[in-house]
Amino acid sequence: MSMIGFLQPFAEYGGEWAPRMLDAARITAAISLWGFLVALGVGALLAALRARKHWLPGLLAQGYINLTRGVPLLAVLFLLYFGLPGIGITMSAFVAGALGLGLCFGAQMAEVFRAGLEAIHRGQREAALAVGMTPMAAFRLITLPQLIRIIAPSLVTTFVALLKDSSLCALITVHDLMLEGRALATEYFLPMHIFLAIGLFYFAIAWPLSLAARVLGHRLNRRRAGAA
Amino acid sequence: MLLRFDTILAGLLQGVGVTLGVTFGALLIAIILGFALALLRVFWPSRIGAFVIDAYIELFRNIPALAHLFLIYYGLASVGVQLGSVTAAILGLGLIGGASLCDVFRAGFEALHKGQREAALAIGMRPSQAIRLILTPQALRIALPPVGNYATQLLKDSSIASAIAAPEIMFFARSLVTSTFETTLIYVTAAGLYILMSLPIVFAVRALEKRYAGGQAA
Amino acid sequence: MSNALLRVESLRKSYGAVEVLRGIDFSVRKGEKVALIGPSGSGKSTCLRCVNMLEKPSAGAIWLEEERVGVRASAGQRERLMSDAELAPQRRQMGMVFQLFYLWPHLTVLENVSVGLIKVQGVPAAEAKAIALEMLEKVHMAHKAQAYPDFLSGGQQQRVAIARALAQRPKLLLFDEPTSALDPELVGEVLNVIHELADEGRTMLLVTHEIRFARDVADRVIFMDGGVVVEEGPARELIQHPRHERTQAFLRQISP
Ligand SMILES: Nc1ncnc2c1ncn2[C@@H]1O[C@H](COP(=O)(O)OP(=O)(O)O)[C@@H](O)[C@H]1O
Ligand SMILES: [Mg+2]
Repeated sequence: MSMIGFLQPFAEYGGEWAPRMLDAARITAAISLWGFLVALGVGALLAALRARKHWLPGLLAQGYINLTRGVPLLAVLFLLYFGLPGIGITMSAFVAGALGLGLCFGAQMAEVFRAGLEAIHRGQREAALAVGMTPMAAFRLITLPQLIRIIAPSLVTTFVALLKDSSLCALITVHDLMLEGRALATEYFLPMHIFLAIGLFYFAIAWPLSLAARVLGHRLNRRRAGAA
Repeated sequence: MLLRFDTILAGLLQGVGVTLGVTFGALLIAIILGFALALLRVFWPSRIGAFVIDAYIELFRNIPALAHLFLIYYGLASVGVQLGSVTAAILGLGLIGGASLCDVFRAGFEALHKGQREAALAIGMRPSQAIRLILTPQALRIALPPVGNYATQLLKDSSIASAIAAPEIMFFARSLVTSTFETTLIYVTAAGLYILMSLPIVFAVRALEKRYAGGQAA
Repeated sequence: MSNALLRVESLRKSYGAVEVLRGIDFSVRKGEKVALIGPSGSGKSTCLRCVNMLEKPSAGAIWLEEERVGVRASAGQRERLMSDAELAPQRRQMGMVFQLFYLWPHLTVLENVSVGLIKVQGVPAAEAKAIALEMLEKVHMAHKAQAYPDFLSGGQQQRVAIARALAQRPKLLLFDEPTSALDPELVGEVLNVIHELADEGRTMLLVTHEIRFARDVADRVIFMDGGVVVEEGPARELIQHPRHERTQAFLRQISP
């Protein structure tokens, strides 16, 4: 099969596929962003629990993190969407998808926060308290701005991983890019071409973000090296 | 209730073999491929080689695993290469893993001080001997904990093989749902099963990390 | 006693089963400079950090003028330790300089010095900036106002940290070994700045290993060992004629 021959269907049907893929990509973007927001919330909650002096909240947070570390995202998605109706809890596929992504990646996010907080010396906060800042002010003015800068590369990397995994939401009937791909594949019976196109579509979003994460990381390391 | 749990567990256990098979098959491919690529990437001074390896890594790390599986399973079939679903899953996850582990092994090599190589050459080793006898054992040791972590990741990722109808745990979970109504229990049990299976790997990684942390301090 | 600016009474601190401060008493009068010396691990930092409640004492009391630091004692009720939020106004009255500076790397030098004024004390930005520049002037760092801390030498960073502590217009300055993290050639510039501040008549409590500096700058020296005050007295007298054997041994060891 010649290269030209292989490319032929793209020329022939590309015009029909592109708008449908773009439409579905919007769902992928939306569910990824929602999932990311939930993950940020879950991660912040877990980090806050861990920061408590009492041992119980920390243990609960760690338990959650260890548990989700062992459970496949797909099992969580199936549980939320196909499983929970068994005990009377129903939600739309989109909500189940965003929630599942958020719950799983929230644990990862908590680790990102933890690593970031550990990179900021305890003395930074103490110096803020010593000039008379309240703990809230110390967090807002001193800890948080540094934390954001430190974890920015990891946040982007986490988002890329989440974006890729959002494709699993197709398996609980979320009409995202991947599900559209399956639909197109059966409709046109050109799975090779369709899934190649779908894959490259994801790549076109994920790769620039991965590069950006790397640049951010290098910049951070340079700054660190300069500080030493 | 208990009886139904028994049925569910028995149903899910049918998938354990394939889940483990996919996990370890893919892990094997990933380790061999990742290590070979890392060796090439670090010691083979070819620009084109580096470009090809980097392109492979970027492509496999920035495209969803599911897209790779669909491409390998449905895509290849449409051009006459008919792979079984388990084979396709092992191949797909192995290729993705190779990209991830290449970075891991490469980091292992790069963590070594270049004095290590120079010292080996200074006592008269050939470069290939220095790689084989001095650098590789150390790099593998550094890479072992992250490889272990990747194994737990793979165990979870093997679940998506159900999307191409590989008869692993999630596949049986789906088919059980159509025959009973204990949907919640089915998926909770499945989740528990994965956790149970990941525990040995988690403990092994932890033990390794502890041993090496101790070794480094000494 | 009533003219003491700072009073430390029967201060105790334990970490778990280990008691690192075993009943410390001393006071600092207004305008007085007191040096706290002693072997490493004797509890000097812990003592200083208890003064502004970065460590919570296990027992004892800290008084700043007529105010009990860090403890709320409402009438008829049991004493209660203040939260960090409640402590903020009291900490504002004590400037602290740390061994490792702890400048905030995401803020410029000027912002490091002025952020407390603006965000904590509500001073208008322009005024805060003027005050901050004035303080930077004092420590000879005004020319680096727009630089980020990472690009300064250790000595410069410590001088900015001193300006930061000055900017909050504290009644009392606390120094925890301000020069012991510095390269030897940078120690002098920081000691000079502290010396100049001492000459302005500020009240200081200073933990230091620079015995000669303590002798020249401090009015009084307190020697601690093993979590207790072994000996205290006028600086020159204590350093040149220590009475206790432990003090003598320590001084012999540190300045041969
Ligand atoms: N957070 C802590 N937990 C346990 N022990 C501590 C802690 N901080 C200090 N210590 C112990 O308290 C003792 C006094 O420490 P420190 O006040 O730092 O001494 P110095 O400043 O005189 O060198 C030391 O033995 C130290 O190990
Ligand atoms: Mg100390």
